[in-house]
Amino acid sequence: MRHTISVLVNNHSGVLSRVSNLFSARGYNIDSLVVGITDDPKVSRITIVVRGDERVIDQVEKQLNKLIDTIKVVDLTHDDFIARDLALIKVKAEPHTRSQVMEIVQCFDGKIVDVALKSFIIEVTGKESKINAMVELLKNYGILEMVRTGEVAISRGKKVHEETEKQVKVKAGKAGQSNL
Amino acid sequence: MAKTKLKTGAQMVVDMLVDEGVEMLWGLTGGAVLPIFDALYQNRDRIQLIDTRHEQGAIHMAEGYAKATGKVGVCIATSGPGATNIVTGLTDAYMDSVPLVAITGQVPSPLIGTDAFQEADVVGITRSCTKHNFLVKNIQELPQIMRDAFFIARTGRPGPVLVDIPKDIAAASAEVPYPKHSTVPLSKLMPTADMSQIEKMAELIKHAKRPLIYAGGGVINAGASEALYKFARKTNIPVTLTLMGLGAYPAGDRQFIDMLGMHGSYRANMTLTHCDLLIAIGARFDDRVTGKLSGFSPNSKKIHIDVDPTSIGKNVKVDAHILGDMNTILAALAKQVGSQDYEEWYDQIDVWQKKHPLAYKQPANGPVKPQFAVDEIYRLTKGDAIITTEVGQHQMWAAQYYKFNKPRRWITSGGLGTMGFGFPAAIGAAFAFPDSTVIDIAGDGSFQMTMQELAIVKQYNLNVKIIILNNKFLGMVKQWQDLFFDKRYASTSIPVQPDFVKLAECYGIKGYRAETIEEVTEVLTEVFKSKEPCIVDIAVDVEEHVYPMVPAGGANTDMVLSKEHDQERVAAERAAARAKGGKK
Repeated sequence: MRHTISVLVNNHSGVLSRVSNLFSARGYNIDSLVVGITDDPKVSRITIVVRGDERVIDQVEKQLNKLIDTIKVVDLTHDDFIARDLALIKVKAEPHTRSQVMEIVQCFDGKIVDVALKSFIIEVTGKESKINAMVELLKNYGILEMVRTGEVAISRGKKVHEETEKQVKVKAGKAGQSNL
Repeated sequence: MAKTKLKTGAQMVVDMLVDEGVEMLWGLTGGAVLPIFDALYQNRDRIQLIDTRHEQGAIHMAEGYAKATGKVGVCIATSGPGATNIVTGLTDAYMDSVPLVAITGQVPSPLIGTDAFQEADVVGITRSCTKHNFLVKNIQELPQIMRDAFFIARTGRPGPVLVDIPKDIAAASAEVPYPKHSTVPLSKLMPTADMSQIEKMAELIKHAKRPLIYAGGGVINAGASEALYKFARKTNIPVTLTLMGLGAYPAGDRQFIDMLGMHGSYRANMTLTHCDLLIAIGARFDDRVTGKLSGFSPNSKKIHIDVDPTSIGKNVKVDAHILGDMNTILAALAKQVGSQDYEEWYDQIDVWQKKHPLAYKQPANGPVKPQFAVDEIYRLTKGDAIITTEVGQHQMWAAQYYKFNKPRRWITSGGLGTMGFGFPAAIGAAFAFPDSTVIDIAGDGSFQMTMQELAIVKQYNLNVKIIILNNKFLGMVKQWQDLFFDKRYASTSIPVQPDFVKLAECYGIKGYRAETIEEVTEVLTEVFKSKEPCIVDIAVDVEEHVYPMVPAGGANTDMVLSKEHDQERVAAERAAARAKGGKK
């Protein structure tokens, strides 16, 4: 099954490599891994889309939690969550196909962000499945180049994972102590 | 410690080591780490540095010290080759949960990333074989990193932590207050036990007719041997131990039924397979214990008590688990359970024991059986020695025939299976317990991997006895070749060896050779009288195998029990293969 896991980590150098290393070292399959800053400059958020059965996902979560730089791991899959992928697609647009391509872009709520003599660059955001569908259609016209961000995700409603994380950090200051 | 005056980074490292209670460390110097060695030299009255001949020796000594004492072992190496030489030790410590802090020098900060002389991406290289690692980027953060390193290494499931310190930072000076506490949350490393599980476990125990405790090295790491003993004695449940767990429960106790797993006893593996409740304590269901998963204790409910969340359900699904401090958990569980006599169950275990006890036949005039040598070591040291081993057949014979009644007397490389571990580990243990006899039960192949550290036993006159069970082979691999590769001894024969007696003498220590059982007894009796280091080279039977043996990929009940039994097995397999071929 496909899981979307959101990981809050300390914004240290090398943290991304710790996370990605974990996946390669233990042979887990990831579809995408996106890292970006949060409203707290000390904290980054990594969104990982990973495939595996219950046992694998359980291990992924536990192994991520075990990293010293991990603050919080949330499997959003069981939440009501919003997931978005952004794609920039350079597609052939010959005089006789231009209007058809533009129609598809409109249908998918995309934008044409660059126009050349025989091609467009299209920007589109949405769920992975929506972008996949659009890509399938555009293949008929000839995709020259494509770049996708991979999925970023956040849970709906009031639930705030970063808030929890801030509380955790306050507690941490008191709990972490030398055994001496 | 309060805010102090201007100090160098190197001085801060030493101060923090002393503050963490470090009395000694092992290392080998070099260019990038020079400022720290200089500070160690200037502080030699506060902390002892032992110079080794190789960095691998240094880190295994630190491991041996840590395993013998339960304290954090510390080693130090220079950048580049110094650091890459400790990678095996780090991986070993990671697999066997050994609390360790490794300090490495790094090239000066401005040179990092320029392929400078003796530069290696040490935090990159060691990321997957440490519990955590640090590259110090600023002298201001150095004391805190040192504090965190020790906290991480010893808390929860112990493990190795590496601190990589660029030369310019060690040499720079600053005024930095020394932190009292780690910034890492305790909850990150040590889960709080969910006591609501205790009742469920007690219920499972109450209804079990054929329960078994399967305990591992986690019990020793948690200092919970006493708690395990109380729990087991109160419930009257039989106990088996993993290789790493030996000593966690007294071998002389009537409830103890030997080590389990690939070279576990017949009764241990049969009890494991037929139990209806398996209580795993500080063990991780390693493949050397489970054998083929589908055949692993197939009819039991399973309880798992551990400190590491990732160990739960990783290889084997369990019915109840609890994470946290093992002493607390075992004490709480002991309160909730009563005693049963399990008479039928113990009778059955006795039947298995009588059918195939751990045994060997030592002919009066024949070659020395390695098991006999281990038996003699046990008899003559009265079970009081600290035993380390290398990796291979001799390790398994030591595990089977030396009986440990106390924890931290058995020091072996289990997870990684590092040949060359035992000798330097023995040195580390001897530094920790100078009044104890420390014995490296070694193979001739393994010992040759780290024997350069003989200089250290001479220099410090350590009471380390290196007892080589010499069959001029990489015996365990040969055993597999005997059993599964039609005796094609690819790369396992070691026909040319140093004369180990002369080797000892050239390092200025005593060397002995024994080729008959009388000589074994005579030589061992003599060497245990003295407190000096020595090598004892015992010529053992080349053809001896470690039995029982669960073939790789087999279930625990597929144990091969003897050579004769194996010949039957091979004949049956061939017959089956012929029958199958005939059908085609």
